Amino acid sequence: MTPLQVVTFFVYLAGSVTFILGLKFLSSPVSARRGNRLAAAGMAIVVGWVFLTEFVLRDGGLATLWILAIGVPIGSVVGVLGARRVPMTAMPQMVAIFNGAGGGAAALVAAAEFLRDAGAGNGAGGANAGELLPIPFMVATLLGAVIGSVSLTGSVIAFGKLQGIVSGRPLTYPGDKIVTGLLVAGILVLGVLLTVATNDVTPFLVFVALALVLGVAAVMPIGGADMPVVISLLNSYTGIAVAATGFVLNNYALLVAGTLVGASGAILTQLMCRAMNRSIFNVLFGAFGTAGGTAVAGPAGDTTVREISAEDAAVLMAYAKKVIIVPGYGMAVAQAQQSVRELMDLLVARGVEVEFAIHPVAGRMPGHMNVLLAEANVPYDRLKEMDEINDEFATTDVALVIGANDVTNPAARTDTSSPIYGMPILNVDHAAHVVVLKRSMAAGFAGIANPLYADPKTTMLFGDAKKTVDALVSGVKVA
Amino acid sequence: MTGAEGISTEALLVALFIFVLAAFVGYEVVSKVPTMLHTPLMSGANAIHGVVVVGAMLVAASAEGPLRMVLALVGVTLGTINVVGGFVVTDRMLEMFKRRPGQSGPGCKP
Repeated sequence: MTPLQVVTFFVYLAGSVTFILGLKFLSSPVSARRGNRLAAAGMAIVVGWVFLTEFVLRDGGLATLWILAIGVPIGSVVGVLGARRVPMTAMPQMVAIFNGAGGGAAALVAAAEFLRDAGAGNGAGGANAGELLPIPFMVATLLGAVIGSVSLTGSVIAFGKLQGIVSGRPLTYPGDKIVTGLLVAGILVLGVLLTVATNDVTPFLVFVALALVLGVAAVMPIGGADMPVVISLLNSYTGIAVAATGFVLNNYALLVAGTLVGASGAILTQLMCRAMNRSIFNVLFGAFGTAGGTAVAGPAGDTTVREISAEDAAVLMAYAKKVIIVPGYGMAVAQAQQSVRELMDLLVARGVEVEFAIHPVAGRMPGHMNVLLAEANVPYDRLKEMDEINDEFATTDVALVIGANDVTNPAARTDTSSPIYGMPILNVDHAAHVVVLKRSMAAGFAGIANPLYADPKTTMLFGDAKKTVDALVSGVKVA
Repeated sequence: MTGAEGISTEALLVALFIFVLAAFVGYEVVSKVPTMLHTPLMSGANAIHGVVVVGAMLVAASAEGPLRMVLALVGVTLGTINVVGGFVVTDRMLEMFKRRPGQSGPGCKP
Protein backbone atom coordinates (compact mmCIF):
# COMPACT_ATOMS: atom_id res chain seq x y z
CA MET A 1 0.00 0.00 0.00
CA THR A 2 1.41 3.38 -0.94
CA PRO A 3 1.15 6.29 1.54
CA LEU A 4 -1.43 7.85 -0.77
CA GLN A 5 -3.61 4.74 -0.57
CA VAL A 6 -3.38 4.84 3.22
CA VAL A 7 -4.62 8.43 3.21
CA THR A 8 -7.41 7.45 0.82
CA PHE A 9 -8.46 4.78 3.28
CA PHE A 10 -8.71 7.34 6.08
CA VAL A 11 -10.59 9.81 3.88
CA TYR A 12 -13.18 7.10 3.16
CA LEU A 13 -13.35 6.29 6.87
CA ALA A 14 -13.95 9.94 7.76
CA GLY A 15 -16.58 10.24 5.04
CA SER A 16 -18.41 7.15 6.30
CA VAL A 17 -18.44 8.54 9.85
CA THR A 18 -20.00 11.82 8.66
CA PHE A 19 -22.70 9.84 6.80
CA ILE A 20 -23.59 7.92 9.96
CA LEU A 21 -23.60 11.09 12.05
CA GLY A 22 -25.69 12.88 9.43
CA LEU A 23 -28.39 10.21 9.76
CA LYS A 24 -28.05 10.15 13.55
CA PHE A 25 -28.53 13.92 13.86
CA LEU A 26 -31.81 13.55 11.97
CA SER A 27 -33.37 12.13 15.13
CA SER A 28 -34.13 15.67 16.33
CA PRO A 29 -35.28 18.73 14.37
CA VAL A 30 -32.79 20.81 16.35
CA SER A 31 -29.71 18.99 15.07
CA ALA A 32 -31.04 17.70 11.75
CA ARG A 33 -29.77 20.52 9.56
CA ARG A 34 -26.31 20.37 11.10
CA GLY A 35 -26.25 16.63 10.41
CA ASN A 36 -27.13 17.06 6.76
CA ARG A 37 -24.42 19.71 6.34
CA LEU A 38 -21.89 17.49 8.08
CA ALA A 39 -22.68 14.62 5.70
CA ALA A 40 -22.43 17.03 2.75
CA ALA A 41 -19.02 18.23 3.98
CA GLY A 42 -17.85 14.61 4.34
CA MET A 43 -19.07 13.93 0.82
CA ALA A 44 -17.20 16.98 -0.52
CA ILE A 45 -13.96 15.79 1.10
CA VAL A 46 -14.31 12.28 -0.34
CA VAL A 47 -15.13 13.60 -3.83
CA GLY A 48 -12.34 16.20 -3.64
CA TRP A 49 -9.77 13.62 -2.56
CA VAL A 50 -10.72 11.19 -5.32
CA PHE A 51 -10.49 14.04 -7.82
CA LEU A 52 -7.03 14.95 -6.54
CA THR A 53 -5.59 11.44 -6.46
CA GLU A 54 -7.22 9.95 -9.55
CA PHE A 55 -7.12 12.91 -11.90
CA VAL A 56 -4.57 15.51 -10.76
CA LEU A 57 -1.80 13.48 -9.14
CA ARG A 58 -2.00 10.26 -11.16
CA ASP A 59 0.07 9.98 -14.34
CA GLY A 60 -2.24 10.22 -17.32
CA GLY A 61 -5.17 11.14 -15.07
CA LEU A 62 -5.76 14.37 -16.95
CA ALA A 63 -6.57 12.43 -20.13
CA THR A 64 -10.18 11.80 -19.08
CA LEU A 65 -10.61 14.97 -17.03
CA TRP A 66 -12.95 16.23 -19.74
CA ILE A 67 -15.55 13.71 -18.53
CA LEU A 68 -15.76 15.51 -15.18
CA ALA A 69 -15.49 18.92 -16.85
CA ILE A 70 -18.72 18.18 -18.73
CA GLY A 71 -20.61 15.91 -16.33
CA VAL A 72 -20.11 17.72 -13.02
CA PRO A 73 -21.26 21.21 -14.11
CA ILE A 74 -24.32 19.80 -15.92
CA GLY A 75 -25.23 17.60 -12.96
CA SER A 76 -24.70 20.42 -10.47
CA VAL A 77 -26.83 22.92 -12.39
CA VAL A 78 -29.66 20.42 -12.86
CA GLY A 79 -29.46 19.32 -9.21
CA VAL A 80 -29.36 22.82 -7.72
CA LEU A 81 -32.08 24.22 -9.99
CA GLY A 82 -34.34 21.25 -9.35
CA ALA A 83 -33.75 21.36 -5.60
CA ARG A 84 -34.28 25.12 -5.29
CA ARG A 85 -37.20 25.59 -7.63
CA VAL A 86 -39.41 22.67 -6.70
CA PRO A 87 -42.38 23.67 -4.53
CA MET A 88 -42.56 21.84 -1.20
CA THR A 89 -45.72 20.09 -2.37
CA ALA A 90 -43.81 18.43 -5.21
CA MET A 91 -41.05 17.15 -2.93
CA PRO A 92 -41.92 13.44 -3.28
CA GLN A 93 -41.47 13.59 -7.08
CA MET A 94 -38.18 15.43 -6.68
CA VAL A 95 -36.79 12.82 -4.29
CA ALA A 96 -37.96 10.12 -6.72
CA ILE A 97 -36.11 11.66 -9.64
CA PHE A 98 -32.88 12.24 -7.67
CA ASN A 99 -33.12 8.65 -6.52
CA GLY A 100 -33.57 7.46 -10.10
CA ALA A 101 -30.43 9.38 -11.10
CA GLY A 102 -28.46 7.61 -8.37
CA GLY A 103 -29.80 4.22 -9.43
CA GLY A 104 -28.91 4.93 -13.04
CA ALA A 105 -25.39 5.98 -12.05
CA ALA A 106 -24.91 2.76 -10.05
CA ALA A 107 -26.09 0.65 -13.00
CA LEU A 108 -23.73 2.50 -15.37
CA VAL A 109 -20.76 1.99 -13.04
CA ALA A 110 -21.53 -1.72 -12.86
CA ALA A 111 -21.91 -1.89 -16.65
CA ALA A 112 -18.63 -0.04 -17.25
CA GLU A 113 -16.79 -2.39 -14.89
CA PHE A 114 -18.28 -5.40 -16.67
CA LEU A 115 -17.21 -4.03 -20.05
CA ARG A 116 -13.72 -3.36 -18.77
CA ASP A 117 -13.15 -6.86 -17.52
CA ALA A 118 -15.26 -8.98 -19.80
CA GLY A 119 -16.91 -8.39 -23.06
CA ALA A 120 -15.73 -10.52 -25.92
CA GLY A 121 -16.19 -8.56 -29.10
CA ASN A 122 -16.99 -5.15 -27.68
CA GLY A 123 -15.37 -2.09 -29.17
CA ALA A 124 -13.39 -1.34 -26.06
CA GLY A 125 -11.70 -4.74 -26.14
CA GLY A 126 -12.37 -6.52 -22.87
CA ALA A 127 -9.29 -7.63 -20.98
CA ASN A 128 -10.55 -11.13 -20.34
CA ALA A 129 -12.56 -11.79 -23.49
CA GLY A 130 -13.73 -15.37 -23.48
CA GLU A 131 -12.63 -16.04 -19.91
CA LEU A 132 -14.98 -16.31 -16.98
CA LEU A 133 -14.67 -13.76 -14.20
CA PRO A 134 -14.56 -14.62 -10.49
CA ILE A 135 -18.05 -15.47 -9.26
CA PRO A 136 -18.20 -12.94 -6.36
CA PHE A 137 -17.18 -10.16 -8.75
CA MET A 138 -19.85 -11.15 -11.27
CA VAL A 139 -22.55 -11.47 -8.60
CA ALA A 140 -21.82 -7.98 -7.27
CA THR A 141 -21.65 -6.50 -10.78
CA LEU A 142 -24.92 -8.07 -11.87
CA LEU A 143 -26.68 -7.03 -8.65
CA GLY A 144 -25.50 -3.45 -9.10
CA ALA A 145 -26.67 -3.45 -12.71
CA VAL A 146 -30.07 -5.04 -12.12
CA ILE A 147 -31.05 -3.18 -8.94
CA GLY A 148 -29.77 0.16 -10.23
CA SER A 149 -31.73 -0.29 -13.48
CA VAL A 150 -34.97 -1.23 -11.69
CA SER A 151 -34.51 1.78 -9.42
CA LEU A 152 -33.93 4.09 -12.41
CA THR A 153 -37.03 3.23 -14.43
CA GLY A 154 -39.17 2.55 -11.35
CA SER A 155 -38.37 6.02 -10.01
CA VAL A 156 -39.18 7.63 -13.35
CA ILE A 157 -42.62 5.95 -13.36
CA ALA A 158 -43.18 6.93 -9.70
CA PHE A 159 -42.26 10.51 -10.65
CA GLY A 160 -44.71 10.38 -13.56
CA LYS A 161 -47.54 9.09 -11.35
CA LEU A 162 -47.00 11.78 -8.68
CA GLN A 163 -46.62 14.52 -11.27
CA GLY A 164 -49.76 13.37 -13.05
CA ILE A 165 -47.96 12.54 -16.32
CA VAL A 166 -48.74 8.85 -15.83
CA SER A 167 -52.17 7.91 -14.48
CA GLY A 168 -52.19 7.50 -10.71
CA ARG A 169 -54.62 4.61 -11.05
CA PRO A 170 -53.05 1.18 -10.80
CA LEU A 171 -52.49 -0.03 -14.36
CA THR A 172 -53.23 -3.71 -14.58
CA TYR A 173 -54.04 -5.99 -17.48
CA PRO A 174 -54.79 -9.70 -17.69
CA GLY A 175 -51.59 -11.65 -17.21
CA ASP A 176 -49.56 -8.72 -15.94
CA LYS A 177 -48.20 -10.75 -13.06
CA ILE A 178 -47.13 -13.46 -15.52
CA VAL A 179 -45.23 -10.87 -17.58
CA THR A 180 -43.49 -9.58 -14.45
CA GLY A 181 -42.72 -13.17 -13.45
CA LEU A 182 -41.23 -13.90 -16.89
CA LEU A 183 -39.07 -10.77 -16.65
CA VAL A 184 -37.75 -11.88 -13.27
CA ALA A 185 -37.15 -15.41 -14.57
CA GLY A 186 -35.31 -14.08 -17.64
CA ILE A 187 -33.11 -11.88 -15.44
CA LEU A 188 -32.29 -14.82 -13.15
CA VAL A 189 -31.44 -17.16 -16.04
CA LEU A 190 -29.22 -14.59 -17.78
CA GLY A 191 -27.62 -13.72 -14.44
CA VAL A 192 -26.65 -17.35 -13.84
CA LEU A 193 -25.41 -17.71 -17.44
CA LEU A 194 -23.27 -14.58 -17.13
CA THR A 195 -21.80 -15.87 -13.89
CA VAL A 196 -20.94 -19.44 -14.86
CA ALA A 197 -21.12 -19.82 -18.65
CA THR A 198 -20.31 -16.72 -20.66
CA ASN A 199 -19.12 -13.16 -20.37
CA ASP A 200 -20.37 -11.94 -23.74
CA VAL A 201 -21.66 -8.41 -23.98
CA THR A 202 -24.94 -9.30 -25.70
CA PRO A 203 -26.50 -11.33 -22.86
CA PHE A 204 -25.38 -8.61 -20.46
CA LEU A 205 -27.15 -5.93 -22.49
CA VAL A 206 -30.32 -8.05 -22.65
CA PHE A 207 -30.00 -8.56 -18.88
CA VAL A 208 -29.90 -4.79 -18.29
CA ALA A 209 -32.74 -4.17 -20.76
CA LEU A 210 -34.96 -6.70 -18.96
CA ALA A 211 -34.18 -4.99 -15.64
CA LEU A 212 -35.16 -1.60 -17.08
CA VAL A 213 -38.47 -3.03 -18.30
CA LEU A 214 -38.99 -4.73 -14.92
CA GLY A 215 -38.76 -1.36 -13.15
CA VAL A 216 -41.64 -0.06 -15.31
CA ALA A 217 -43.68 -3.26 -15.03
CA ALA A 218 -43.28 -3.39 -11.25
CA VAL A 219 -44.39 0.21 -10.53
CA MET A 220 -47.19 0.66 -13.13
CA PRO A 221 -49.68 -1.61 -11.27
CA ILE A 222 -49.21 0.28 -8.00
CA GLY A 223 -51.72 3.04 -7.18
CA GLY A 224 -50.66 6.66 -6.73
CA ALA A 225 -51.60 6.57 -3.04
CA ASP A 226 -48.91 3.96 -2.42
CA MET A 227 -46.13 5.91 -4.16
CA PRO A 228 -44.53 7.05 -0.86
CA VAL A 229 -43.88 3.42 0.02
CA VAL A 230 -42.57 2.77 -3.48
CA ILE A 231 -40.19 5.73 -3.37
CA SER A 232 -38.90 4.64 0.01
CA LEU A 233 -38.37 1.12 -1.30
CA LEU A 234 -36.63 2.35 -4.48
CA ASN A 235 -34.42 4.56 -2.30
CA SER A 236 -33.43 1.43 -0.45
CA TYR A 237 -32.79 -0.35 -3.78
CA THR A 238 -30.46 2.39 -4.97
CA GLY A 239 -28.60 2.12 -1.67
CA ILE A 240 -28.13 -1.61 -2.21
CA ALA A 241 -27.07 -1.06 -5.84
CA VAL A 242 -24.46 1.46 -4.66
CA ALA A 243 -23.25 -1.00 -2.02
CA ALA A 244 -22.91 -3.63 -4.77
CA THR A 245 -20.76 -1.27 -6.86
CA GLY A 246 -18.74 -0.74 -3.67
CA PHE A 247 -18.00 -4.48 -3.73
CA VAL A 248 -17.13 -4.34 -7.44
CA LEU A 249 -14.73 -1.40 -7.06
CA ASN A 250 -13.59 -2.58 -3.61
CA ASN A 251 -14.44 0.92 -2.40
CA TYR A 252 -15.42 1.16 1.26
CA ALA A 253 -17.02 4.63 1.01
CA LEU A 254 -19.53 3.34 -1.55
CA LEU A 255 -20.01 0.14 0.41
CA VAL A 256 -20.79 1.83 3.74
CA ALA A 257 -22.92 4.67 2.34
CA GLY A 258 -24.92 2.34 0.10
CA THR A 259 -25.53 -0.13 2.90
CA LEU A 260 -26.62 2.59 5.35
CA VAL A 261 -29.19 3.87 2.86
CA GLY A 262 -30.27 0.36 1.92
CA ALA A 263 -30.99 -0.39 5.59
CA SER A 264 -32.65 2.96 6.30
CA GLY A 265 -34.93 2.71 3.27
CA ALA A 266 -35.91 -0.79 4.33
CA ILE A 267 -36.99 0.32 7.82
CA LEU A 268 -38.83 3.35 6.51
CA THR A 269 -40.74 1.12 4.09
CA GLN A 270 -41.56 -1.26 6.92
CA LEU A 271 -42.75 1.60 9.17
CA MET A 272 -45.03 2.96 6.45
CA CYS A 273 -46.56 -0.42 5.70
CA ARG A 274 -47.21 -0.89 9.41
CA ALA A 275 -48.90 2.53 9.55
CA MET A 276 -51.30 1.36 6.85
CA ASN A 277 -51.67 -2.11 8.39
CA ARG A 278 -50.68 -3.70 5.08
CA SER A 279 -47.83 -5.95 4.08
CA ILE A 280 -45.21 -4.84 1.60
CA PHE A 281 -46.43 -7.71 -0.58
CA ASN A 282 -49.94 -6.22 -0.59
CA VAL A 283 -48.57 -2.77 -1.51
CA LEU A 284 -46.47 -4.10 -4.39
CA PHE A 285 -48.88 -6.62 -5.86
CA GLY A 286 -52.33 -5.68 -4.50
CA ALA A 287 -53.13 -3.09 -7.23
CA PHE A 288 -54.63 -1.05 -4.37
CA GLY A 289 -57.25 1.49 -5.42
CA THR A 290 -58.59 -0.33 -8.44
CA ALA A 291 -62.19 0.61 -9.16
CA GLY A 292 -64.54 -2.32 -8.71
CA GLY A 293 -65.43 -4.61 -5.85
CA THR A 294 -68.13 -4.04 -3.27
CA ALA A 295 -66.21 -1.62 -1.08
CA VAL A 296 -66.21 1.18 -3.61
CA ALA A 297 -69.99 1.30 -3.67
CA GLY A 298 -69.99 1.71 0.09
CA PRO A 299 -72.72 3.26 2.26
CA ALA A 300 -71.67 6.83 1.42
CA GLY A 301 -71.89 6.23 -2.30
CA ASP A 302 -75.29 7.80 -2.81
CA THR A 303 -76.00 9.52 0.49
CA THR A 304 -76.82 13.19 0.68
CA VAL A 305 -74.39 15.30 2.64
CA ARG A 306 -74.96 18.54 4.58
CA GLU A 307 -73.14 21.64 3.42
CA ILE A 308 -72.07 24.49 5.63
CA SER A 309 -71.09 28.05 4.70
CA ALA A 310 -67.60 29.32 5.47
CA GLU A 311 -69.11 31.97 7.79
CA ASP A 312 -70.97 29.39 9.87
CA ALA A 313 -67.94 27.11 10.05
CA ALA A 314 -65.80 30.09 11.12
CA VAL A 315 -68.24 30.94 13.95
CA LEU A 316 -68.28 27.28 15.02
CA MET A 317 -64.51 27.32 15.40
CA ALA A 318 -64.18 30.83 16.83
CA TYR A 319 -66.39 29.89 19.82
CA ALA A 320 -64.96 26.41 20.28
CA LYS A 321 -62.71 25.43 23.17
CA LYS A 322 -60.65 23.02 21.18
CA VAL A 323 -60.07 22.57 17.44
CA ILE A 324 -58.03 19.84 15.81
CA ILE A 325 -56.92 20.42 12.24
CA VAL A 326 -56.41 17.32 10.08
CA PRO A 327 -54.39 18.19 6.98
CA GLY A 328 -54.12 15.96 3.94
CA TYR A 329 -52.93 16.02 0.37
CA GLY A 330 -55.70 18.50 -0.54
CA MET A 331 -53.94 21.13 1.58
CA ALA A 332 -50.71 20.45 -0.30
CA VAL A 333 -52.32 20.65 -3.74
CA ALA A 334 -54.03 23.97 -2.95
CA GLN A 335 -50.88 25.34 -1.27
CA ALA A 336 -53.11 26.26 1.65
CA GLN A 337 -50.54 25.85 4.43
CA GLN A 338 -49.91 29.59 4.92
CA SER A 339 -53.64 30.29 5.21
CA VAL A 340 -53.98 27.41 7.65
CA ARG A 341 -51.24 28.94 9.79
CA GLU A 342 -53.09 32.27 9.73
CA LEU A 343 -56.30 30.52 10.80
CA MET A 344 -54.41 28.83 13.63
CA ASP A 345 -52.92 32.16 14.80
CA LEU A 346 -56.35 33.83 14.88
CA LEU A 347 -57.95 30.97 16.80
CA VAL A 348 -55.07 30.79 19.27
CA ALA A 349 -55.33 34.56 19.81
CA ARG A 350 -58.98 34.03 20.76
CA GLY A 351 -57.95 31.43 23.33
CA VAL A 352 -58.96 28.37 21.30
CA GLU A 353 -56.75 25.33 21.78
CA VAL A 354 -55.49 24.33 18.32
CA GLU A 355 -53.59 21.19 17.43
CA PHE A 356 -52.75 19.36 14.24
CA ALA A 357 -53.32 15.62 13.83
CA ILE A 358 -50.81 14.12 11.44
CA HIS A 359 -51.50 10.66 10.07
CA PRO A 360 -48.29 8.77 9.25
CA VAL A 361 -49.28 8.37 5.62
CA ALA A 362 -51.10 11.68 5.06
CA GLY A 363 -49.90 13.30 1.86
CA ARG A 364 -47.71 11.62 -0.68
CA MET A 365 -44.70 10.99 1.49
CA PRO A 366 -44.20 10.10 5.16
CA GLY A 367 -43.91 13.34 7.11
CA HIS A 368 -45.09 15.33 4.06
CA MET A 369 -47.55 17.39 6.16
CA ASN A 370 -44.88 18.18 8.74
CA VAL A 371 -42.66 19.66 6.06
CA LEU A 372 -45.45 21.79 4.59
CA LEU A 373 -46.63 23.11 7.96
CA ALA A 374 -43.06 23.77 9.03
CA GLU A 375 -42.69 25.77 5.81
CA ALA A 376 -45.66 27.88 6.96
CA ASN A 377 -44.03 28.38 10.38
CA VAL A 378 -46.42 26.26 12.38
CA PRO A 379 -44.47 25.35 15.55
CA TYR A 380 -43.70 21.66 15.42
CA ASP A 381 -44.92 21.03 18.97
CA ARG A 382 -48.48 21.66 17.75
CA LEU A 383 -48.14 18.77 15.31
CA LYS A 384 -49.27 15.55 16.96
CA GLU A 385 -48.79 12.03 15.73
CA MET A 386 -51.79 9.76 15.43
CA ASP A 387 -51.25 7.69 18.60
CA GLU A 388 -50.65 10.84 20.58
CA ILE A 389 -53.83 12.66 19.58
CA ASN A 390 -56.39 10.01 18.73
CA ASP A 391 -57.92 9.96 22.23
CA GLU A 392 -58.27 13.75 22.22
CA PHE A 393 -60.87 13.84 19.44
CA ALA A 394 -63.53 12.79 21.97
CA THR A 395 -63.00 16.06 23.88
CA THR A 396 -62.70 18.20 20.77
CA ASP A 397 -65.40 20.62 19.63
CA VAL A 398 -64.45 20.89 15.98
CA ALA A 399 -62.31 18.62 13.81
CA LEU A 400 -61.37 20.53 10.66
CA VAL A 401 -60.40 18.12 7.89
CA ILE A 402 -58.50 19.88 5.11
CA GLY A 403 -58.24 17.72 2.02
CA ALA A 404 -57.62 14.48 3.90
CA ASN A 405 -59.81 11.53 2.99
CA ASP A 406 -58.72 7.93 3.38
CA VAL A 407 -56.87 8.55 6.68
CA THR A 408 -60.18 9.68 8.26
CA ASN A 409 -62.36 6.95 6.78
CA PRO A 410 -64.25 5.12 9.57
CA ALA A 411 -64.88 2.23 7.17
CA ALA A 412 -61.33 1.18 8.02
CA ARG A 413 -62.60 0.36 11.53
CA THR A 414 -65.91 -1.27 10.79
CA ASP A 415 -66.34 -2.39 7.19
CA THR A 416 -64.52 -5.69 6.73
CA SER A 417 -65.13 -5.54 2.96
CA SER A 418 -63.36 -2.20 2.64
CA PRO A 419 -59.92 -2.35 1.03
CA ILE A 420 -58.56 -0.17 3.80
CA TYR A 421 -60.15 -2.27 6.57
CA GLY A 422 -57.73 -2.50 9.47
CA MET A 423 -55.72 0.60 8.60
CA PRO A 424 -55.33 2.75 11.72
CA ILE A 425 -57.19 6.03 11.12
CA LEU A 426 -57.58 9.37 12.87
CA ASN A 427 -60.71 9.27 15.07
CA VAL A 428 -62.13 12.41 13.50
CA ASP A 429 -65.69 11.11 13.89
CA HIS A 430 -65.33 11.18 17.70
CA ALA A 431 -65.30 15.01 17.69
CA ALA A 432 -68.49 16.95 18.45
CA HIS A 433 -68.48 18.55 14.99
CA VAL A 434 -66.59 17.60 11.87
CA VAL A 435 -66.05 20.15 9.11
CA VAL A 436 -64.65 18.64 5.93
CA LEU A 437 -63.00 20.88 3.34
CA LYS A 438 -63.07 19.11 0.03
CA ARG A 439 -62.92 20.02 -3.63
CA SER A 440 -65.81 17.77 -4.63
CA MET A 441 -67.50 14.55 -3.62
CA ALA A 442 -64.94 12.54 -5.58
CA ALA A 443 -63.39 9.62 -3.73
CA GLY A 444 -59.83 9.87 -2.39
CA PHE A 445 -56.64 8.80 -4.13
CA ALA A 446 -57.34 5.24 -3.08
CA GLY A 447 -60.75 5.44 -4.80
CA ILE A 448 -62.81 4.47 -1.76
CA ALA A 449 -66.05 6.15 -0.60
CA ASN A 450 -65.94 7.72 2.87
CA PRO A 451 -68.98 7.16 5.17
CA LEU A 452 -67.69 10.00 7.39
CA TYR A 453 -69.35 12.45 5.00
CA ALA A 454 -72.76 10.95 5.67
CA ASP A 455 -72.33 11.18 9.44
CA PRO A 456 -74.94 13.57 10.96
CA LYS A 457 -72.13 15.38 12.82
CA THR A 458 -70.31 16.11 9.58
CA THR A 459 -70.77 19.18 7.44
CA MET A 460 -69.04 19.74 4.11
CA LEU A 461 -67.41 22.88 2.82
CA PHE A 462 -66.75 22.47 -0.89
CA GLY A 463 -64.13 24.34 -2.87
CA ASP A 464 -60.42 24.88 -3.30
CA ALA A 465 -58.75 24.42 0.11
CA LYS A 466 -56.81 27.69 -0.05
CA LYS A 467 -59.84 29.83 -0.94
CA THR A 468 -62.00 28.07 1.63
CA VAL A 469 -59.44 28.50 4.42
CA ASP A 470 -59.04 32.17 3.47
CA ALA A 471 -62.83 32.52 3.80
CA LEU A 472 -62.64 30.86 7.23
CA VAL A 473 -59.88 33.33 8.20
CA SER A 474 -62.04 36.35 7.32
CA GLY A 475 -64.99 34.68 9.03
CA VAL A 476 -63.06 34.21 12.29
CA LYS A 477 -61.87 37.84 12.12
CA VAL A 478 -65.44 39.20 12.24
CA ALA A 479 -66.85 36.55 14.55
CA MET B 1 -4.29 -6.66 -14.28
CA THR B 2 -8.00 -6.14 -14.17
CA GLY B 3 -10.25 -4.96 -11.42
CA ALA B 4 -11.78 -8.38 -11.15
CA GLU B 5 -8.48 -10.14 -10.58
CA GLY B 6 -7.22 -7.30 -8.44
CA ILE B 7 -9.70 -8.01 -5.67
CA SER B 8 -8.45 -10.75 -3.39
CA THR B 9 -10.72 -13.12 -1.52
CA GLU B 10 -9.54 -11.53 1.70
CA ALA B 11 -10.59 -8.06 0.53
CA LEU B 12 -14.01 -9.43 -0.44
CA LEU B 13 -14.46 -11.01 2.97
CA VAL B 14 -13.49 -7.76 4.69
CA ALA B 15 -16.01 -5.95 2.48
CA LEU B 16 -18.69 -8.47 3.46
CA PHE B 17 -17.84 -7.88 7.12
CA ILE B 18 -18.21 -4.11 6.69
CA PHE B 19 -21.44 -4.58 4.76
CA VAL B 20 -23.11 -6.56 7.54
CA LEU B 21 -21.99 -4.18 10.29
CA ALA B 22 -23.04 -1.10 8.26
CA ALA B 23 -26.49 -2.60 7.76
CA PHE B 24 -26.93 -2.89 11.54
CA VAL B 25 -25.66 0.66 12.09
CA GLY B 26 -28.09 1.97 9.47
CA TYR B 27 -30.98 0.10 11.05
CA GLU B 28 -30.20 1.32 14.57
CA VAL B 29 -29.56 4.95 13.63
CA VAL B 30 -32.65 5.31 11.48
CA SER B 31 -35.09 3.61 13.86
CA LYS B 32 -34.66 6.61 16.17
CA VAL B 33 -35.84 9.19 13.63
CA PRO B 34 -39.32 10.59 14.47
CA THR B 35 -42.14 10.45 11.89
CA MET B 36 -42.13 14.22 11.49
CA LEU B 37 -38.63 14.03 10.01
CA HIS B 38 -39.26 11.09 7.69
CA THR B 39 -39.39 13.19 4.53
CA PRO B 40 -36.02 14.87 5.21
CA LEU B 41 -34.70 11.45 6.26
CA MET B 42 -35.66 9.90 2.95
CA SER B 43 -34.19 12.84 1.10
CA GLY B 44 -31.03 12.93 3.24
CA ALA B 45 -30.44 9.20 2.77
CA ASN B 46 -31.03 9.77 -0.93
CA ALA B 47 -28.24 12.35 -0.93
CA ILE B 48 -25.88 9.97 0.86
CA HIS B 49 -26.19 7.27 -1.78
CA GLY B 50 -25.13 10.03 -4.19
CA VAL B 51 -21.62 8.88 -3.17
CA VAL B 52 -22.04 6.70 -6.27
CA VAL B 53 -20.60 9.73 -8.08
CA VAL B 54 -17.23 8.63 -6.66
CA GLY B 55 -17.70 5.26 -8.35
CA ALA B 56 -18.48 7.02 -11.63
CA MET B 57 -15.37 9.20 -11.18
CA LEU B 58 -13.22 6.08 -10.68
CA VAL B 59 -14.68 4.59 -13.85
CA ALA B 60 -13.99 7.88 -15.66
CA ALA B 61 -10.40 7.92 -14.43
CA SER B 62 -9.63 4.57 -16.05
CA ALA B 63 -12.02 4.80 -19.00
CA GLU B 64 -10.70 3.67 -22.35
CA GLY B 65 -12.61 3.51 -25.59
CA PRO B 66 -15.64 5.57 -26.56
CA LEU B 67 -18.28 3.25 -25.06
CA ARG B 68 -16.89 3.27 -21.54
CA MET B 69 -16.20 7.00 -21.74
CA VAL B 70 -19.83 7.65 -22.59
CA LEU B 71 -20.97 5.38 -19.75
CA ALA B 72 -18.65 7.26 -17.38
CA LEU B 73 -19.89 10.64 -18.59
CA VAL B 74 -23.57 9.74 -18.10
CA GLY B 75 -22.71 8.11 -14.77
CA VAL B 76 -20.85 11.19 -13.50
CA THR B 77 -23.70 13.46 -14.61
CA LEU B 78 -26.44 11.36 -12.97
CA GLY B 79 -24.36 10.86 -9.83
CA THR B 80 -23.75 14.62 -9.54
CA ILE B 81 -27.48 15.33 -9.92
CA ASN B 82 -28.16 12.82 -7.14
CA VAL B 83 -25.58 14.12 -4.69
CA VAL B 84 -25.91 17.87 -5.29
CA GLY B 85 -29.69 17.92 -5.65
CA GLY B 86 -30.13 15.58 -2.70
CA PHE B 87 -28.14 17.63 -0.23
CA VAL B 88 -29.54 21.00 -1.38
CA VAL B 89 -33.15 19.86 -1.23
CA THR B 90 -32.68 18.29 2.21
CA ASP B 91 -31.07 21.46 3.52
CA ARG B 92 -33.98 23.48 2.16
CA MET B 93 -36.48 21.26 3.95
CA LEU B 94 -34.60 21.24 7.24
CA GLU B 95 -34.23 25.00 7.22
CA MET B 96 -37.98 25.14 7.83
CA PHE B 97 -37.73 23.02 10.96
CA LYS B 98 -35.60 25.58 12.76
CA ARG B 99 -36.71 26.45 16.26
CA ARG B 100 -38.61 29.68 16.74
CA PRO B 101 -38.06 31.96 19.73
CA GLY B 102 -40.26 31.42 22.77
CA GLN B 103 -40.91 27.81 21.92
CA SER B 104 -40.31 25.22 24.57
CA GLY B 105 -39.28 21.63 24.16
CA PRO B 106 -38.48 19.79 20.97
CA GLY B 107 -42.12 18.64 20.77
CA CYS B 108 -41.40 15.33 19.17
CA LYS B 109 -41.33 11.77 20.30
CA PRO B 110 -37.87 10.24 20.43
